[in-house]
Amino acid sequence: MNLDHSILTLLTFTPLAGAVLLAALPDKGKALQWAALAITLITFAMTLHLPAHFAYGAGASGASGYQFEQNIAWIDAPAIRYHLGVDGLSMWLIVLTGFLAPLGVLISWRTISERKKLFYILFLLQQVAMLGVFVSLDLFLYYAFWELTLVPMAILIAVFGRTENRRRAAIKYFLYAFIPSAVMLVAVLWLYVTTGTFDIPQLTALAATHGISTNSAALWLCSLAFLGAFAVKVPIFPLHGWLVDAVSEAPTAAVMVLAGKLGLYSILRFSFGIFPDQSRHIAPLLIALGAIGIVYGALLALVQKDLKKLAAYGALGHVSVVVLGIFTFTIAGIDGGIYQTLNEGIGGAALFMLLGLLYERYGTYDVREFGGLAQKFPWMVTLFVITTLSVIGLPILNGFVGEFLVFSGAMQANILHHAFYTALATTGVILTAAYMLLMIQKIFYGNLGLKSQSVTGWDIDAREHLALWPVMLLMLAMGVASPYWMNAIDTVGVDLANPSTTSSHPANAVYSVPGSNFPQHQYTEGGQR
Amino acid sequence: MPTLSPNILALLPEYILTIAGVIIMLAEPCLKPGASRKPLGWIAIFGTLLAGAASWFQLGYGTVHAFSGNIQTDAFSVFFHLLIAAVVLVTLLGSLDYFDGNATHAGEYFALALFGAVGMMLMTCSVELLMVFVGLEISSIATYIMAGFRKGQATASESSIKYFLLGSFATAFFLYGIALAFGATGSTSISAIAAGLGSTATPRLAFTALAMMLIGLGFKVSAAPFHVWTPDVYQGAPAPVVGLMSTAPKAAAFAVLLRITFSGFPTMQHRWSILIWILAALSMTVGNLGALLQRDVKRMLAYSSIAHAGYLLVAFTAFPIEAISSAAFYTAAYAAMNVGAFAVITQIGGFHETLRTLDDYRGLASHRPALAGVFAFFLLSLIGIPFTGGFFGKFYVFSAAIGSGHIWLAVIGLLNSGIACFYYLCLLAAVYSKPTAETESVASSAKITLPALAGLTIATVATLVLGILPGNTLWLAHYAGTATMIEDARHQCTAHPDNCHMQVRMEIR
Repeated sequence: MNLDHSILTLLTFTPLAGAVLLAALPDKGKALQWAALAITLITFAMTLHLPAHFAYGAGASGASGYQFEQNIAWIDAPAIRYHLGVDGLSMWLIVLTGFLAPLGVLISWRTISERKKLFYILFLLQQVAMLGVFVSLDLFLYYAFWELTLVPMAILIAVFGRTENRRRAAIKYFLYAFIPSAVMLVAVLWLYVTTGTFDIPQLTALAATHGISTNSAALWLCSLAFLGAFAVKVPIFPLHGWLVDAVSEAPTAAVMVLAGKLGLYSILRFSFGIFPDQSRHIAPLLIALGAIGIVYGALLALVQKDLKKLAAYGALGHVSVVVLGIFTFTIAGIDGGIYQTLNEGIGGAALFMLLGLLYERYGTYDVREFGGLAQKFPWMVTLFVITTLSVIGLPILNGFVGEFLVFSGAMQANILHHAFYTALATTGVILTAAYMLLMIQKIFYGNLGLKSQSVTGWDIDAREHLALWPVMLLMLAMGVASPYWMNAIDTVGVDLANPSTTSSHPANAVYSVPGSNFPQHQYTEGGQR
Repeated sequence: MPTLSPNILALLPEYILTIAGVIIMLAEPCLKPGASRKPLGWIAIFGTLLAGAASWFQLGYGTVHAFSGNIQTDAFSVFFHLLIAAVVLVTLLGSLDYFDGNATHAGEYFALALFGAVGMMLMTCSVELLMVFVGLEISSIATYIMAGFRKGQATASESSIKYFLLGSFATAFFLYGIALAFGATGSTSISAIAAGLGSTATPRLAFTALAMMLIGLGFKVSAAPFHVWTPDVYQGAPAPVVGLMSTAPKAAAFAVLLRITFSGFPTMQHRWSILIWILAALSMTVGNLGALLQRDVKRMLAYSSIAHAGYLLVAFTAFPIEAISSAAFYTAAYAAMNVGAFAVITQIGGFHETLRTLDDYRGLASHRPALAGVFAFFLLSLIGIPFTGGFFGKFYVFSAAIGSGHIWLAVIGLLNSGIACFYYLCLLAAVYSKPTAETESVASSAKITLPALAGLTIATVATLVLGILPGNTLWLAHYAGTATMIEDARHQCTAHPDNCHMQVRMEIR
C-alpha cells in the first residue's frame, strides 16, 4: 500500500495509539515524559512526509486540489465517508501542530509533576483532535473532531489550571465554544439535508456554481452559524470573553495550541469555501472587527500587570491581524493571513513557553515582581528578545513577511474605508512593539525586583534550550526563506481570493455537478469585477 | 428454517422470560434464608440471554402476526426486544452483588426484573391497544416494587409510593384514551383505528383519544410537563433499578408511542406533531434547566433523563421512516449510556449509597481512576461528544427533524445540549478535582466484581460502537422503520383499495 494514501490516517491516530500506550505505562520516574516525547516526535516526523511529497506542480494552474487523499465509506445512510486529504491551506498547519507537540512535552517535563499520566494522555488526545480537524474532508468527520478538540482542553484547564479559578475558566471555555458549535450543527445538518452530501470538495464545488440552495435567507443564516462558531474559537473581537481566563489558567503546553489556527483554518475552509458570496458580503464587518481587535488587544496588553494576560491580549491582536488579512479577499491578504496564522502559532508558542519558564522559576506572572534579570540570565533574555522581534514584525524574521502581506492586501482591498482600517491596524504594530518591549524592559532591566532578589533561579538548561531553539531557528528560516512555505499557501490564496480560478479546480472535473458550466461562467464574470 | 406456529414464534422471548421468572420464584423459597441469592441471578441472566437470542431468531421470519392479529412481530419489535434484553442484562449483572447480603428476598428482585421485561417486550410487539395496556401494567407494577427495594429507607418508600400513585393515574389516562379511541373509530386495534379515522364522524374525539394516550405515555417517558415524579423516584430507588427504569420502560413506551402516532393516527400527523413539538421543547428545556440546580447526582441524572426524552420526542416531528429509525437509534444510544452511567453509580455508591452529592464525588478519579474514566466516558456521551453513541443519536434525530423542516426545534434542542454541558461538566470536574479529606474517608475501596465489570463493559462497548460504527444498528433501525411503514401500507390497502397507489409508492421506497 502506498504510504501517500494512509499517511494522514497514520499521523492522526499515532497520538491516539500513544495515549493508549501511556495509559498502560507505570507512572514512575520519567517514563511517561520519554514515551510522550517519542510519540510526538514520531508524529512530527510523519507530518514532515507531507511537505516532502507535496505536489507543488499541481498548483501551477492555480488549481489546488487535495492530496494524500483517503476516501472510504463509513456509514451508508446518512452518507458519511471517511475522507481525508490535504491541500496548501492545511498542510503547513498540520506540520505546525506536529512541530509544537514535542516542544509542549519538553516544556512540561518538570512543571507537570502530579497526575502526569492524565496530563500526557489528554495532551495526546488534543493532538488527535486538532490533526483530525485539519485532515478531514467530510463535514461530519470534521465536525466530530472539531467538537472533540474541546474536551481534552477543557479537562486540561480544569485539572491543571494555575489558580482556584480553573474550573470556572474551563467551563467558560467549554460553553463559549460548545454553544455556537451546537448552532453550527444545525447548519451542518441543513446543508446535508439540502445537498445530500457531507463531502467538503463536493460542497465547495456546489457552492462555486451556486448549487447549494436557492433559498438565500437560509444560506445566510447557515453561513452565520458557521462563522459564529469559528469566530468564537479564533477568537474574533468581541467574542474573546473566554480567552483571557483560559489562557491565564491553562498549563503552558495547552496554551500553545489554544487560540488561532483551528478557527482561522475553519473560516478559510468553510466560510470561504462553502459560503463564498456571504463571506464577501460580510467582509467589511469582519475587517472592521479585525482592525478593532488589533488595536484593542494591543491596548489592553499594554496595561496588564499579569504577564500571561498580557500575552493573551497580545494573541487576540495577532489573530485579528489574520482576520483582517483574509477578509480582504486579495491574494496578498489571504496568503499573508495564512502565513500569519503559522507565525502566530510559532510566536505565541515561544512567548508562552518563555513565560512558563519564568513561572517555573519564580512562581508568579506578576510583572512587578521581576526586574534586572538580564545580568543573571543572558540566554533567557536573548530568546525573549528574538521572540519579541518576531512578534512585532522585524524584517528578516517571520512576523514581518506575514504582516507586510496582510497590510498590503488590506490596502488593495476593494472595500469601503479600507485605507482607514489599514491605518488603524498599523498603529497596532506600533502598540505591539510598545507592550512587548516594555515587557522586556520590566522583566530584564532596571532594578532587581522582589522575586528576582529573593529567589535564585537558573538560566535556560539543556532541555529548555532544546525546546526553544527550534522555534527560534524556524522564525529566522520563515523570515528569510518564505517562498518555501508560500509555494503551497499561494495555491490556496489564489483560489480563495479569485473565484474565477475555481473553474479549473479539479474538484469540478471529478464531481460533475449538474449544470455546472453555465452558471459558473456567469459567476466568473461577476466575481472578477 | 423450521416452521413454528405463529403463536409460539411471536411471543418466544416473552415465554422464555416468563418461564425463567417462574423458576426463580419457585426456587427462592427452597434456598436457606441466609443463603446467597446469586444462583437465582444467574438463572435470570441466562434467561435474558436466551430471550435476546430468541428475538434475533424472530428477525429471520419477517413480519409475523399472531393471536388473531393482536401481536405483530417485525423488525421494529425485534429492535426493541433486543434493546430491552440488553438493558435488563446489564442491570442484572450490575445487581448480582449489589443485593447480595444487603436485602432479604433478593430472589424476588430478579423475578420482577424478568416479569418487567416481559411487560415491556409485550408493549413493543402488540398492535392492539388493550394488549399494550396489559404490557404497560405488567412492566409498571414490576418497576413500582423494584423502586422500593431498599426497604427500610424512607426515600425508598417515598419513591415507590410516589411512582405507584402517579403511575396509576397516568395509566388511567392511557386507558381512557383507549376507550375514546374505541368510541371514535369502533376498534382498539391500531391498524383498524388508522382505517377508521378516514370515516369517523368524530375526528375531534379521535384526537382527544390520542391526546389522552399521549399524556399516559408522556408520564412513562417522563416528558415535561408530566415529569414531576422523576427526580424523587430516581433519588430514592436503588441505583441499578434507576438504570433499568430510566431506559427500558422508556424504550418500550416510545415504541408504543411510535406505533400509535405513525401507525394509528398517521393522517393526523399535522395535528399531533404540534403537541409533540411542544412536549419536546418543554422537556428539553425543563430537564436541562432543572438539572442545573441539582446537587444530588441521581436527581441531576433524573432531570437529564427528562431532557433526553425531549430530544427523543424531536424525532417524532420528522417523516415516518426517518422518525422511527432515528427514534429507535436514539433510544438504543440513550439506553447504552444511561444504563452505563447508573452501573457506575451503583459501583460508586454501593447499596447504602453513601456518596450522593456532587461534593461526595470529588476526587473520585484519584482513588478509583478506571471507574472514573468510564464514568467520564458516559457523561461525555450524554453531552453528545463525537465518537460516542450520544453524539450520533443526537445527530441522527436532529437531522431527521431538519429534514422535515423543523429547524427551530433543532435549534432549541442543540442550544439545550449546550446548557446540558454545564451540569455534566460540573459533575465531571468534581470527579477529576483533588479529593477532600471528607471524601477520602468515605471513599469505598471495594473492588468491582466480575459480573459488574462485564455489565459495564457491555455498556461501554455499546456506547462506543454506536458512536464509531453505528452502521449495523442504523440498518436495523431503518429496517424497523420501513417494516412498520410497509405493514401500515398493506393494512391501508386492504381497507381502502381506492387510494392504494399512493401506499404502493411508499412500499417501493
